[in-house]
Amino acid sequence: MSDRIFGVVGMLLAALFIWRATVIQESFMSDAVGPKTFPIIIGTILGLASLYIFVRPDAEPVWPRLGGLIEIFMAIVVLVAYAIALPELGFAITTAIATAYLSWRLGSPVWQSVLAGLLTSGGLYLVFRVILGLSLARGPLGF
Amino acid sequence: MEVFQSLADGFAVAFTLQNLGLALIGCFLGTIIGALPGLGPSNGVAILIPLAFTLGLGPTPAMILLTSVYYGAMYGGRISSILLNIPGDEPALMTTLDGYPMAKNGRAGEALTLSGIASFVGAFFATWGLVFLAPLLVKVALLFGPAEYFALFTLAFATLGGIASRNQAKAVFAAALGLGIAMIGVDGQTGVPRFTFGEVHLYDGIDFLVAIVGLFALSEVFVFLEQAATRNRGEKHQDNHPKIGRILPEWSVILSCTPSMLRSTVLGFLAGVLPGAGASLGSFISYSVEKRLVDKEGTFGTGDPRGVAAPEAGNNAAAGGALVPMLALGVPGSGTTAVLLAVLLSLNITPGPLLFQNNPDVVWGLIAALFIANFVLLALNIPMVGMFVRILMVPTRFLMPVVAMVSFVGIYGISGSSFDLLVMVVFGVLGWVLRKFDVPLVPIILGILLGAAMEKNLRRAITISNGDWTTLVHSGLSITLWAIAIIGFVLPILVGPALRRRMSVRRSEEDVTFD
Repeated sequence: MSDRIFGVVGMLLAALFIWRATVIQESFMSDAVGPKTFPIIIGTILGLASLYIFVRPDAEPVWPRLGGLIEIFMAIVVLVAYAIALPELGFAITTAIATAYLSWRLGSPVWQSVLAGLLTSGGLYLVFRVILGLSLARGPLGF
Repeated sequence: MEVFQSLADGFAVAFTLQNLGLALIGCFLGTIIGALPGLGPSNGVAILIPLAFTLGLGPTPAMILLTSVYYGAMYGGRISSILLNIPGDEPALMTTLDGYPMAKNGRAGEALTLSGIASFVGAFFATWGLVFLAPLLVKVALLFGPAEYFALFTLAFATLGGIASRNQAKAVFAAALGLGIAMIGVDGQTGVPRFTFGEVHLYDGIDFLVAIVGLFALSEVFVFLEQAATRNRGEKHQDNHPKIGRILPEWSVILSCTPSMLRSTVLGFLAGVLPGAGASLGSFISYSVEKRLVDKEGTFGTGDPRGVAAPEAGNNAAAGGALVPMLALGVPGSGTTAVLLAVLLSLNITPGPLLFQNNPDVVWGLIAALFIANFVLLALNIPMVGMFVRILMVPTRFLMPVVAMVSFVGIYGISGSSFDLLVMVVFGVLGWVLRKFDVPLVPIILGILLGAAMEKNLRRAITISNGDWTTLVHSGLSITLWAIAIIGFVLPILVGPALRRRMSVRRSEEDVTFD
């Protein structure tokens, strides 16, 4: 069943891709092929592969139970928040929080996770900023 | 000979303090990355590319660092195979068959040393193979026009799934997806934006580094999170790794393994050069052939030293062989060489025949660095193997967050924009979902990398022929390439199931990374 849904999504994606390819604005000067043809070929191949996956699905993959899905979803939320907060709050603070969260969810006790967050953040800051001189995002406190 | 002169120049390039230091660091990091389950050569190199890039290393030092990591990871994969019965990466799978039994018999140290020597033999001779074969292939490649290149790219995609590919439709899907992603951005030839939806960030296209790190490294974090959620909480990891025992095997053991190592080196190298075979198949073939040839008493599978030496020599030789098509043709045959291609492209160097003419310092410096890396790895891996074993004991619950954060640091270092980080998270999730569906990730990467070049060659070929599409099959060379592509695509459908059954005899449930 999963593969059938996958096939349908793939075909929709291919259709969207081909449609977006046909509305590409042509320039007044163009080569013999133009900017549309190759994307349309790609879209067609994508669609055909999806059709095949739809018609001949593989065995069902092992999906995580609800708990697992929530776990993944929460991790995505944390990482997205991290990506957005990084330029605002700086590297050290955000990294410590994100690392502690991930370490906790991967099964560490809370105190170990907090420690892991602090050590990882500090360690990476030491290696990349102090030793290698990379520019990491600066927070309001200057690190 | 011309080749030796070039090689000598290469050593002159590589023998600077900085480059030697980078080779040492690369080998060290690579061995750790290879040894850790869940991190293989491809995602290990992937995480480090943005870093090498933001550190402002020149092309040669960057390549030296990253290929050292590549070779190091190939060496390191064996450590967890032998000690924990978990392959550190997919090519190390076959090493578990005799390596783990040896460890259980109290000969872990011997197995580690022996496999280290085998890795060295495989990688060392494969590097010589690279020295001689790559310039020959370059001569052929100089005959290629746009139509032949287009056929060659198609060939790379058709054979990338490998002979043991599970579902060719999914490999096609992945390739088309990657090529489609490569179309995003401003068209290089007419200057019109494509698939940008008016988003300014997309005009430059999707940076392939962002996609690679997301697909390879970040998706691994999601896999581990899912496993942690499925596992019963509070369940302790048992640390019952066997005792190391004596480190140096007796000379008679090493001697008895030497023929196996040499034969496996040749087989592995050939498997590496051929499109679509790669290191996993190299170690598999080596092990099977040795089992046929020398296993008279039926000791393979119960801790036979030759069963450790053969696959290790094979997979390291294949790793060297895989560099041949990548450097000479610009078409990688495996996931990791695809990642190395990404390194070159991001340094504004296009591999292929012109690379040997325009940037001989890069090519030969790199090859010299491979020789140096080999000796460094031998030195690192035999006396210091105990230290790597200890690093292996760091639990993944501390390690995976570090992997995620290093990925973010690297990507943020390149662009300094949150947008790229968000795109990377999207690719991480995409990678996790696609793995669930058994869709291979390597063709996606290759599609993103090669999409622009593939389209450019197609359009150039058609333009030269005034819009005549049959130009694609006009020369004998291109017809040959198309024929190989078709055979390479159809063959796995015919022989794949039988081959897979044999390879998966003792495949652990661990979802190892792709070579």
